[in-house]
Amino acid sequence: MTEELIIAGFGGQGVLSMGKILAYSGIMQNQEVSWMPSYGPEMRGGTANVTVIVSDERISSPILTIFDSAIILNQQSMDKFEAGVRPGGTLLYDPNGITRHPKRKDINIYQVEAARLASEMGNTKIFNMVVLGAYLKIKPVVKMENVILGLKKSLPERYHKLIPLNEDAINAGLKNVVAVQELH
Amino acid sequence: MSELKLMKGNEALAEAAIRAGADAYFGYPITPQSEVIEYLMAEKPHERTGMVVLQAESEIAAINMVYGAAGAGKKVMTSSSSPGISLKQEGISYIAGAELPCLYANVVRGGPGLGTIQPSQADYFQSTKGGGHGDYRQIVLAPASVQEMADFVKDGFELAFKYRIPVLILSDGVIGQMMEKVELFDPIPRLTDAEIYEKYPWATTGKKSGTERRIITSLDLDSHKMEEHNHKLQAKYKEITEKEVRYELIDCDDAEYIIVAYGSSARIAQKAVRLARAKGIKVGLFRLITLFPFPSVKMHEMCGKGIKGFLAVEMSSGQMVEDVRLAVNGCSKVAHFGRYGGIVHTPEEVLEALEQKIIGG
Repeated sequence: MTEELIIAGFGGQGVLSMGKILAYSGIMQNQEVSWMPSYGPEMRGGTANVTVIVSDERISSPILTIFDSAIILNQQSMDKFEAGVRPGGTLLYDPNGITRHPKRKDINIYQVEAARLASEMGNTKIFNMVVLGAYLKIKPVVKMENVILGLKKSLPERYHKLIPLNEDAINAGLKNVVAVQELH
Repeated sequence: MSELKLMKGNEALAEAAIRAGADAYFGYPITPQSEVIEYLMAEKPHERTGMVVLQAESEIAAINMVYGAAGAGKKVMTSSSSPGISLKQEGISYIAGAELPCLYANVVRGGPGLGTIQPSQADYFQSTKGGGHGDYRQIVLAPASVQEMADFVKDGFELAFKYRIPVLILSDGVIGQMMEKVELFDPIPRLTDAEIYEKYPWATTGKKSGTERRIITSLDLDSHKMEEHNHKLQAKYKEITEKEVRYELIDCDDAEYIIVAYGSSARIAQKAVRLARAKGIKVGLFRLITLFPFPSVKMHEMCGKGIKGFLAVEMSSGQMVEDVRLAVNGCSKVAHFGRYGGIVHTPEEVLEALEQKIIGG
């Protein structure tokens, strides 16, 4: 199994930390992982993206131009990365703020209203964990128990009290992902 | 098994410095390697091992602090990215001339000038042909993973002290910024001043009464003596060339074509090899680990065994390819491919170059 994923959105949405938690979860189940951020003069509100690879084999290139899956969290990223999804691959997005929805006919498309769900749960910071939950429902590349271990590893100890909240957010995502287009 | 962590290449380098028993790190921040000094500052290594970490007022100050600490027999390190490394060259030449050990890392970004902050491999000439003045060489290690960013700190210090030579870890923005899992080696204790005095007969640790003065200098106005000194340096470089070559051969056993690459380009090339093999092209990867010493002997030997062509893949307009040409010495076709100025080539582009420049060319 090899999953090549891009997570793209605004800086401050937790794109990079979501990728990190996923990568740590992969390590927890003895998989090879890589996490490669776009880095630059980036800031809160600017675009941010990270490519994550989780694989049973040694990973060659950590740089990707074609993705098995794309998690898209703003319009700029939709415009940039929809075309990069492998035919038959998967695109997951939050429709909040999206004005031009994906048009591809050869990929699986899912939505999760993560921004709304996080806001209803009273903490917009757990947005990225709602998205992660939705992604893991479609692509169970890592086991839930390993995600919790991954969270523990990537969060500083003083934030461990927030793990149950993050777990709730993941579960909200799991339950609320909607298929827009599924290939058969 | 020791500790398994998910770390950025820059963080792994920094943690490895503490674990390798480094006495000091002197640096100045610059993208894409600022995480090295950030990690070291946050980690407070003076509380863990007594290691000194100092942000100098400039890169030039940092390398001269390295020169001073190295002269005292200390395990000392600095790091920067391309423009900052250019500033350090005078100091590195002095350290090479004075035959002192030190370790430094360049997390290369696109140039020339201030260039860009994106990854590049355009500092190959500077790293392998002597970036500063004079007839000197340094050992250059090229990590291709976060794991090697950590491991080469340990290896680099060992080589630096074995040969009393500057050792460079030549990385780039990809390796510095990406996270992978890394198994960290067990900490090595720092040497005490008494141990340094015993172990390194050249180290200036303070003259004891009745002992010879230990003098560290790169200056000798007697040209005959300076020529002698240069002979000694060259003999050392020859020994290093014979003993310290490192490389990795991937899928080369039945290969008709070879891609030569190092660092992050080698990772990308490895994927290109997989794509090519899926199309039935027999290609292998010659991954350079030491850039100096360059594995010329092995490369030449391979081309005598029926390799039809070598493609040098690097994020520069063609620097390493010159060493490939010298090694192959006309006995096989050699071509270059690479994006540069901060653009990272894709595996698909590498495959296309192989097909057009080597197989079809």
